[in-house]
Amino acid sequence: MPGFDAFLHPRPEGLYCPGGDFFVDPVRPVHRALITHGHADHARAGHMHVLATRQTLDIMAMRYGADFADHTQVADAPMRIGAATVSFHPAGHVLGSAQIRIETPGGVFVVTGDYTRTPSAACAPWEPVPADVLVTEATFALPVFRHPDPDPEIARLLDSRRTFPDRAHLIGAYALGKAQRVITLLRAAGWDGPVYVHGALRRLCDYHVDQGIDLGELRAATIERGNKAQFSGAIVIAPPSAFASPWVQRFPDPVIGFASGWMQVRARARQRGVELPLVISDHVDWPQLTATIAELAPAETWITHGREEALLRWCTLNGHRARALNMVGYEDEPE
Amino acid sequence: MRRFARLLEALAFTPRRSVKQAQFLRYFATTPDPDRGYALAALTGDLELRQVTPSLLRTLISERMDPELFALSYDYVGDLAETIALAWPDGAPDTVRAPDPPPLSALITELQRAGRADLPAMVAGRLDALGMSERYAYLKLATGGLRVGVSGRLARVTLAEFIGVDVAEVEELWHGMAPPYTALFQWADGGPRPEPALASLRPVMLATGFDDLDPGTLDPADFAAEWKWDGVRVQAVAEGGVQRLYTRTGQDISATFPDLLERLVFDGVIDGELLIRTGDRVAPFSELQKRLNRKRVSGPMMARLPAALRAYDLLLWQGRDLRAEPFATRRAALEDAVRALDDPRIDLSALLSFDTWEALAALRAAPPDPVIEGVMIKRRASPYLAGRVKGHWFKWKRDPMVVDAVLMYAQRGHGKRSGYYSDFTFGLWDGDALVPVGKAYFGFTDAELRDLDRFVRDHTTDRFGPVRAVAPQLVLEIAFEGLNRSTRHKSGVAMRFPRIARIRTDKPAAEADRLEHLRALLPPELG
Ligand SMILES: [Zn+2]
Ligand SMILES: [Zn+2]
Repeated sequence: MPGFDAFLHPRPEGLYCPGGDFFVDPVRPVHRALITHGHADHARAGHMHVLATRQTLDIMAMRYGADFADHTQVADAPMRIGAATVSFHPAGHVLGSAQIRIETPGGVFVVTGDYTRTPSAACAPWEPVPADVLVTEATFALPVFRHPDPDPEIARLLDSRRTFPDRAHLIGAYALGKAQRVITLLRAAGWDGPVYVHGALRRLCDYHVDQGIDLGELRAATIERGNKAQFSGAIVIAPPSAFASPWVQRFPDPVIGFASGWMQVRARARQRGVELPLVISDHVDWPQLTATIAELAPAETWITHGREEALLRWCTLNGHRARALNMVGYEDEPE
Repeated sequence: MRRFARLLEALAFTPRRSVKQAQFLRYFATTPDPDRGYALAALTGDLELRQVTPSLLRTLISERMDPELFALSYDYVGDLAETIALAWPDGAPDTVRAPDPPPLSALITELQRAGRADLPAMVAGRLDALGMSERYAYLKLATGGLRVGVSGRLARVTLAEFIGVDVAEVEELWHGMAPPYTALFQWADGGPRPEPALASLRPVMLATGFDDLDPGTLDPADFAAEWKWDGVRVQAVAEGGVQRLYTRTGQDISATFPDLLERLVFDGVIDGELLIRTGDRVAPFSELQKRLNRKRVSGPMMARLPAALRAYDLLLWQGRDLRAEPFATRRAALEDAVRALDDPRIDLSALLSFDTWEALAALRAAPPDPVIEGVMIKRRASPYLAGRVKGHWFKWKRDPMVVDAVLMYAQRGHGKRSGYYSDFTFGLWDGDALVPVGKAYFGFTDAELRDLDRFVRDHTTDRFGPVRAVAPQLVLEIAFEGLNRSTRHKSGVAMRFPRIARIRTDKPAAEADRLEHLRALLPPELG
């Protein structure tokens, strides 16, 4: 009996399934790619065939243009590819994100992509998918990452707005997923005023609305010349890259916030010069990650990217077989 | 405790004074007594709770968490209290899922009262019950590590704004007050104005550096000058039969100098320099230090090292508050008062006569007494103001190659010093942080070495092999022979032959010199 390795293993291009001759989230152009979700480090342009959820395909087309691949196919039902059967299951990370289940003669593999068990109104919730080999991310795999409930975090934003009613609140959030997660949290917390969005977020926000996600009233965060006061007390969502540009200076005495799981560590928040760190994550934190392994109890756990050292140690202590794939090309920092 | 944790968080992430003040005001308005006063004291460093040591915390976490997982976590976070607050296994991950915590004051009282033996279980129990950000606040409080850039002055300015009075009124009352300052907060809530305590310290006027100025913009005729004596700046207070001698930081040293105290037979407040003086001969600071370090003083020691007061200024005299008067008026009153006292142990600081800054510089370069460390320059029109207000008083030190630095690290010595921490790394303030600027191995006596060693052992906050990090509390006067630019040092400067000239137990760490002060001493860049 060959090991699991014979049926799925890392290659420089990405995780490869020889039975189906395809890669999952390849970082270089390949013949056939299965994509977990639309974040740029997982979903790249230039593959021949791409299989992904409808929403991930739409997002890739929006980002790279309609011709980002020669052929695309929507993953809506289990499908046979060579000697493998593949199916896509919600990962709870961003709109369209999926875990990919790969059934081979050598066992069932579940590649999580990025995932979180914290539900969000901005995408379908994570589902447990039993596996012989769980191929998991480990972005926040340290015992110090225990992300609080997102509701009280959003409450802190509204609270800061009450304390500083004249200051614009500028919240950094990645364009795909995090921004909409933050906006739906604001709506759930009762904020029914306008939310201003940076131009770089507009199309993705509109796409979420098209997909039936209620984001409420969105306005463009464009300042008319000499009219700073227009943004007094405004809540503005922008991609982190915008904070390095002069765009920020146009706002009246802004409170700079950032919505990220990294904000749990003070030094990280200070490095970014963040005055209002909001611990809002779309990845599994340490308790969720270890609970997932404990509950699914796979025969083996493989770690794709992130901080594998602590997770390997935890698996050893708790009697789970685990190995690090040391895959390159996935970013450790953004979330 | 929940509100305190939130305040701490808000203060830690903003460098701006105005925002810090706004956060305080909101906290004061929404928090009952005595919590708000305790919070204020904790954040300004006026609440000493150093019972919980880093090693106690390490023991607690090692009983609950795999050491390798802890090491990986600590390595990432870089702060012991924060790592433990985040990773504490039985604690709630957020405040919502934790039960309502006890008030801040209850936790403080409990920490103050706990015996050594009960401490570990008590701290662990609290960590189990508190939410994540409260665990952080609790640990920082318990270990005395609440450095969020809130000075005592900022606290008093904010408190004055909260009460709705001028900050001078709060300064005046401040010294007679102790945490949790309930009388002040009740005043804010519409209660009566608190009465100042009898013979309490009045806010002291401090000088700024003369070197930072362009003397060309100042007319020498507008200024008086006198010698800056190398003793201890004191305030001698006598009111209603109560006599007190305070250092300028408010330390009551009455019991250490009974020979001077008994001579304060007046009704008033004199600002002056405490010196050891026999006849006209003023003893060097090291002689004064022998007396400073004692709680009680023997008769022979008083005879050998007799204390004296050299008067600089007069704040109150026989019921009259002179502080709003210009220096010239106060000086005349001071001369009358000292003459009337007619006590050989209380004399006047002489005024220097000079027409130009060059003339003053010449006096400063060749002082008539080795115990003079420079000159003080005072604007004749200035009232006596609380604190270090720019533009009124200036100090012009004789030897510019001296800085007051804060002890940061100590390393065990070699050879006959191997039992002692004898290699000292010191730093200067840069913003709210200390930046190391050099290392000194000598300059101290054997007795001073023992004191330094004791300080290091009692104030260790962290260990790295043979090196200990210490709480930033001890000021060292560092003398050096010259200064070079350096790209190897984070501070950008390297000192030549730095040595510990003096241990400044009389100076609070917050008043140590700033890095920009040292950089200003650099020789001009060539080319
Ligand atoms: Zn992602
Ligand atoms: Zn990822």
